[in-house]
Amino acid sequence: MTMRSAVITFPGSNCDRDMVVALEQLSRTSVARVWHRDTSLPEGLDLIALPGGFSYGDYLRAGAMAANSPIMREVVRAAERGVPVLGVCNGFQVLAESGLLPGALMRNASQNYICRTVGLRVENNRTRFTSAMAEGQEIRIPIAHHDGNYFADPETLEQLEGDGRIVFRYTENPNGSRNDIAGVISEKGNVLGMMPHPERAIDQAHGGTDGRAIFESLLESLEPA
Amino acid sequence: MSHPTNAITPEIVAQHGFTPEEYDRVLTALGREPNLTELGIFSVMWSEHCSYKSSRLHLKKLPTEAPWVICGPGENAGVIDIGDGQAAIFKMESHNHPSYIEPYQGAATGVGGILRDVFTMGARPVANANALRFGRPDHPKMKHLVKGVVAGIGGYGNCVGIPTVAGETNFDPAYDGNILVNAMTVGVADADKIFYSAATGVGNPIVYVGSKTGRDGIHGATMASADFGEDAEEKRPTVQVGDPFTEKLLIEACLELMATDAIVAIQDMGAAGLTSSSVEMATNGKAGIRLDMNKVPCREDGMTPYEMMLSESQERMLMVLKPGKEKMAAAIFEKWELDFAVIGEVTDTQHMVLEWNGETVCDIPLGPLAAEAPLYDRPYLSQDEYKVWAKIKPLEDVPETSDVGADLLTLLASPNLASKGWISQQYDSQVGADTLQTGGDAGVVRVHGTKKALAITTDCTPRYVYADPYEGGKQAIAEAYRNLCAVGARPLAVTNCLNFANPQRPEIMAQFVHALDGMGDACRALDFPIVSGNVSLYNESKATGGGSAILPTPAIGGVGIIDDYDAMMTMGFKNEGDAIYLVAAEHWAKPDPTRSHLGKSLWLKTVHGRDEGRTPPTDLVRERGAGDIVRRLIAEGIVNAVHDVSDGGLAVALAEMALAGDLGAEVSANEAYTAAQWWFGEDQGRYVVTASDIEAFNKIVAEGPENAAAAQVGFRRLGTVGGTELFGRTIAELRAAHESFFKEWMES
Repeated sequence: MTMRSAVITFPGSNCDRDMVVALEQLSRTSVARVWHRDTSLPEGLDLIALPGGFSYGDYLRAGAMAANSPIMREVVRAAERGVPVLGVCNGFQVLAESGLLPGALMRNASQNYICRTVGLRVENNRTRFTSAMAEGQEIRIPIAHHDGNYFADPETLEQLEGDGRIVFRYTENPNGSRNDIAGVISEKGNVLGMMPHPERAIDQAHGGTDGRAIFESLLESLEPA
Repeated sequence: MSHPTNAITPEIVAQHGFTPEEYDRVLTALGREPNLTELGIFSVMWSEHCSYKSSRLHLKKLPTEAPWVICGPGENAGVIDIGDGQAAIFKMESHNHPSYIEPYQGAATGVGGILRDVFTMGARPVANANALRFGRPDHPKMKHLVKGVVAGIGGYGNCVGIPTVAGETNFDPAYDGNILVNAMTVGVADADKIFYSAATGVGNPIVYVGSKTGRDGIHGATMASADFGEDAEEKRPTVQVGDPFTEKLLIEACLELMATDAIVAIQDMGAAGLTSSSVEMATNGKAGIRLDMNKVPCREDGMTPYEMMLSESQERMLMVLKPGKEKMAAAIFEKWELDFAVIGEVTDTQHMVLEWNGETVCDIPLGPLAAEAPLYDRPYLSQDEYKVWAKIKPLEDVPETSDVGADLLTLLASPNLASKGWISQQYDSQVGADTLQTGGDAGVVRVHGTKKALAITTDCTPRYVYADPYEGGKQAIAEAYRNLCAVGARPLAVTNCLNFANPQRPEIMAQFVHALDGMGDACRALDFPIVSGNVSLYNESKATGGGSAILPTPAIGGVGIIDDYDAMMTMGFKNEGDAIYLVAAEHWAKPDPTRSHLGKSLWLKTVHGRDEGRTPPTDLVRERGAGDIVRRLIAEGIVNAVHDVSDGGLAVALAEMALAGDLGAEVSANEAYTAAQWWFGEDQGRYVVTASDIEAFNKIVAEGPENAAAAQVGFRRLGTVGGTELFGRTIAELRAAHESFFKEWMES
């Protein structure tokens, strides 16, 4: 099964190449690169990835400018049609700013940027992004962010918890996120935002390969049942 | 020739940092009085920072060549061949004075500047490193400075998306009033696509790209060339402000243009901005330059040519394009939303001519500005005179340790040996997804898409350089060499960042000259040439009651290559039962007072409060032999962990291996030494390694180094990996001590 994916590059994206490398390595299919000013996406996509970085410098709020760039109108439309969208780090911030995911990513509680490998617990493996993992499984994936402190109001949090939309939780909260949330999924289950970087844990040389399971899950979801 | 304002008075001349003799040279060079714009241009070009007038004479003595060196000092960065048609391009640079005044922006723009030096030459930056020196932690400003510098380095490098993979941080009261921030960038390019700075082709367009020019940073180079006075705080307006987002766009736009054949020459606007970039390009091309100042993109109205030429606004580049390529190039910069302006042309006049509002506002022959700039042979003390001045003598009344474990805990909790995790976690060390190792002896990044990896280290032991500039200079190079060997890399070349105090003092000049001699000798003996560098003088301050010079700090950035990263080595203990050996450049049967052992050691200073004794000497022949053997042990898969022995001696080296591997060890002393000498002595040229197959290990060590000239390399069994303790302390206790300093300091 081939997976047709596209990686969006905003000015200031800096994990776009890493995401392309990870997708090409695991899907064995070339990945389309889409520029923020483009006004259309390639046909028949199985995945749209929003990579990490500092889009537009994140000088306003992280992800706020990118959420209003021309290509995001198309990403929102595709998401509404059910195309899977994965936002990592800055990509998660863009998804939150664009309204595709609830909540906001605030400055880390420590006020400092944090780069280190953290433990995550898979809270929901009944998604197309996590089906290759076990529920409750602990994985280790690097984080690298200044604004990863997930916030949502109590009603939203309650709803997310109740609907099983918290996909990953930190085993040791590094940034002050409410309910230790590291990744959330949309109501329809096709848009996942996560602060940790799975594309930095796909190769033995990275010191761990726990990130692979996310891409492998996506590939599996395309297999004819 | 006319100029709207300002007759040149002696006060204006003095404000621009000229001695009366230097101003006479200006008059001779021009054959008339300069106007203010011209005076400003001479002032920055003749500043210590741009002209290297006190250091040039001595820098010439450093070895800069090897078969793998593609480009040595003189361009924006050094270039070495790393095989398969690829080159590594790297340099280290200081941003000391601005970082003391405004730590966040000073450090951030230091990173920005060194990144530009590297991508200017056609390389995609792949790694950053740094070398930081701060004052005593209880100095009232120091926590603010550390927080600001670390946040600034991270804020810039993280946003641009270049991983920070190596660094060192020291604390010493000598830096109370003058911290050091040295930043290094390593990039990778195709060896046949290197870009240089020589402007050629009369009539070719000169193009300005990047950010607009503002009034920030005017006279930064001049500030970097004088002692700090009481008014350091007032100099804040001369610190530039960085914009890493624009830098990221500039990298992508420049690399995109470099993939075409449009560029004749390119140079970043660093210190002294448009002045030094245009002068260097024209000088290197043996050409002339004409600029129309009305075309320079400016941030605000009403800027004068003087301000435009002296501004150090960041994220700007100057290029010479082939004729007819302007439109295509402009489209690339438009795509990345950056300014693009043709502001002049290459001429054959060998003059720098500036026009503004239809008038010539500057006309200076290039020779006197650059190649014929002032050059000083400053007086300096001989090595013996220096040691008398510095009151260096052999250590007497050497103390002994009664509890190695207790002293080890004290050392691990001290600022200089404490875990630097609080710092390194604020840097994105993994963006690019090619980082293979951080936190060990060297940072290692994979060359994208290959099995090769580059190893990067920054090293210097300033207290050794102070006590013996020659030996200290040697040691800085040797330690970089050792750190690269320890991860399995073949050391290739170094960049240096020479931080010293006021060169007009003969004892300071002695530190500089003798340290350079030591570095040169080490580079020659180790085939480890210097391919780029930077000099930062006048690092002394009266601003905070420090009132003194910094320790001489010739920071070294070393780069090596690992041919197959599957063979990369790390320092953590791996397996219970592995044998632990000391591999030493010295013959280690018995102590020898000439090796100093505990002189200038951190143990003596931290545990006993005594900063005394002599610098441990480095035996370069044996250093090379030990390096050869360690690399061979790694390549043949005989050893499971390797760590060099440096600050804190053997006990600290073993503790770091235990902490990294989360495994303890049983070790025994050498009875010929006192316990303090053996466990805490800082003798040079040593590694600790672990091995499972003792027979195979013995065989290789017994064969000795491949180079027959290298005398025998000694080795000695230290003990066995296993358990959860070291020197009677649990790993948990050691870790708590190691992590305590920053945690307590930053939370207090």
